[in-house]
Amino acid sequence: MSAPAQSVTLRTSPHLRSVPAVPDIMRNVVYALIPICLFSVYQFGISALALLLTCTLSCLATEHAICRLSGKGSTVNDWSVTITGLLLALTLPPGFPLWMAAVASIAGVGIGKMFFGGLGYNVMNPALIGRAFAQAAFTVPMTTWVPFMAANRFTDFIPSTLTLPFLRPAPIDGWLASANVDGFTGATPLALMKFEQVSTDPVQLLIGSTAGSSGEGSALLILLCGLYLVVRKMMDARIVVSVLTVAFLTSGIFYLMAPDKYPGPIFMLCSGGLMLGAVFMATDMVASPVTSLGIWIYGGLIGFITVIIRLFGGLNEGIMYAILLANACSPLITTVTQPRIYGAVKRKASS
Amino acid sequence: MLGFLSSFGKRDTFPHGIHPDENKGLTAHIPIRRLPFAPQLVLPLSQHFGAPSEPIAHPGQEVVRGEPIATAKGFMSVPLHAPATGKIKGIELMPTAKGPRTPAILLDVYPGDSQEVRYEAERDVDQMTQQEIVQAVQDTGLVGLGGAAFPTHVKLSPPKEHSVHTVLINGCECEPFLTTDHRVMLEQTEELITGTRILMKALGATKAIIATEDNKLDAVEAIQAALPQGSPIEARAVQTKYPQGAEKMLAKALLGLEIPSGGYPSSVGVGVFNAASTAELGALLPLSQGVIERVVTVTGPGIEKRGNYMVPIGTPIRFILERLGFRGDASCLIMGGPMMGNSVSSLDVPITKGCGGLLVLTESILESQLEQKVYPCISCGQCLEACPMLLNPSQLGKLANKHRYEEMQSDFHLNDCFECGCCSYVCPSGIPLVQYFRIAKSSNREKAMRERAKAS
Repeated sequence: MSAPAQSVTLRTSPHLRSVPAVPDIMRNVVYALIPICLFSVYQFGISALALLLTCTLSCLATEHAICRLSGKGSTVNDWSVTITGLLLALTLPPGFPLWMAAVASIAGVGIGKMFFGGLGYNVMNPALIGRAFAQAAFTVPMTTWVPFMAANRFTDFIPSTLTLPFLRPAPIDGWLASANVDGFTGATPLALMKFEQVSTDPVQLLIGSTAGSSGEGSALLILLCGLYLVVRKMMDARIVVSVLTVAFLTSGIFYLMAPDKYPGPIFMLCSGGLMLGAVFMATDMVASPVTSLGIWIYGGLIGFITVIIRLFGGLNEGIMYAILLANACSPLITTVTQPRIYGAVKRKASS
Repeated sequence: MLGFLSSFGKRDTFPHGIHPDENKGLTAHIPIRRLPFAPQLVLPLSQHFGAPSEPIAHPGQEVVRGEPIATAKGFMSVPLHAPATGKIKGIELMPTAKGPRTPAILLDVYPGDSQEVRYEAERDVDQMTQQEIVQAVQDTGLVGLGGAAFPTHVKLSPPKEHSVHTVLINGCECEPFLTTDHRVMLEQTEELITGTRILMKALGATKAIIATEDNKLDAVEAIQAALPQGSPIEARAVQTKYPQGAEKMLAKALLGLEIPSGGYPSSVGVGVFNAASTAELGALLPLSQGVIERVVTVTGPGIEKRGNYMVPIGTPIRFILERLGFRGDASCLIMGGPMMGNSVSSLDVPITKGCGGLLVLTESILESQLEQKVYPCISCGQCLEACPMLLNPSQLGKLANKHRYEEMQSDFHLNDCFECGCCSYVCPSGIPLVQYFRIAKSSNREKAMRERAKAS
């Protein structure tokens, strides 16, 4: 019964710790993104599926290759780069040429993440760096929208999807005709609002029956998936709440000033990439502040800049640049919002 | 009072903190039992915070249980009493829980002796002055039994400009697994109350609160039942949350007071004492006896006969473990609790005054608990939400990585960290933050010492 006690292991306190670890958190974010990906495939068909696969695989390959080239062990098994790939695909138009998506993935992971040192060291969200790169490099395909629920979406690729590398995307007019979609104008609800002052029914936006980027369809679905992460304590709900609240208030003020000129706050929240950005990209832990006050300021900044860009900028969508700007500010925000510690005493004048 | 407590859903607490698995059910219901004497006791001269005791017994001398064998060397020190009747074998360097070997008195126990405590002299505490009480407390050799092992009489001598109005008796025992204070509060309730009265008299306090976490409501009831009507002492439960047992957290939870950074509790009029120490004081001081044994929770998955044991000071842990069914796969021994306890370097380490728990963990448990791989900080901010001192462990960890230790102190309050381990506990990246902070603090200390040496 009593074995003679021989050797002991030395460790330092604390001897306990809680799960989850980083890969668990990242894996759960991937789980939370899966319903959004499935909905995107349901809406836009095999082109969206191909886009998701291309982005994810390119991102994984980029991180793996850079790790190998720099002589480190590969870090792809921490799941974080999978999130980047999925998010990037979800922010691109469904008919985006696959070779361009691969280039955007390489740029996002390479420049946005690995050049800074990998997970934990990136200043900005790598998926959005990839999207910003695509926006600058491939302006026309980035604003070419296709209708949702096209009849032939599970049998035919959108012609532009399969564009050969370094070639101009094929026109989609012929495909559009065969898709049998009534009244498709080739514009997203945000573009309709901005350039033609045509509003879209918020219910449609909530359930996702609109044109747009492949993953920004249903605001409701995105919120539910985010809720899963919040319940599992793997996402900071304060960021989502602050982004949405400030966006609501800012657009509400402008709406009240000129209801015929500016869109209503509900429309603002549910349209475009705001919901996807607020829930899955603004909440990127690495690029957001860590202090409590800082988090509220950061979220508020994103909400505010998004609305300002949408209403007064040249673009009809502003969430991407809003998050990138706030990411850039976040180290500064953290620095100026250091918490007041327990039992703080006033510093002596000399120090 | 109980009705008042239960009428509100939420009891008092402090901001932040964590909720580790309690694991107290393993031993909380088991009454305190005595362990037999080990053939040889090891009594380190430095079992407390402060100057080591000075031995007065010489090798070969026969000592009686309870007899002083070492005296206090100055005010910041305590005497040592023989935990058993026997013969002093010698004074040798012996391993301690913290690592380095220190001088210790070795005592060979007489196996046939009745082991009665023959040293006692009754005294009436009511007739004693504050000064006399402080001296009497020092003579008992009592130190903080909760783990810090800070001499109790020093806490009873606050700076002149501070006046203490409230004594807080800390029975929170927020460390998982440990049930020492819980059993003491239940089984030594009278001594606890006597001890509280002595502390109040020594400090001139008008009020006392015996506080515990709300996972020990039976202790609150027992104390309330033993208190007379209109007593200035009250028993109260606070929320179960780690590290509620830290004195700063307790002052915040019970009184809403913050002990200033770098200051004493007495600067806000509070004295905080561990419940087991207080009960020990109540038992020893009226009889002029010294600390010769203490309650130790022996628990964990690697031990068979778990329980709360009255253990003579100086009992080597090898003796305890072999007697209580030490299993072969147990590989990590922790003195104290799992959050702040020391992992023991040798089985020859003895139970000292500050050790309230002996936790035996198995390799399989440790592997499930400790991530082998450390990921970079992903700035999730969970450590900021956990830190009871409201520090920024994330930032401190990043600075420690770059060896910017001085900046950690000057800009991010490193020295306010009391190493409770909450940040390491919650860190999903598995960053050993507390270890970083210990290294940074000792580096800063060494640097300050070097500078002082240069200046002089």
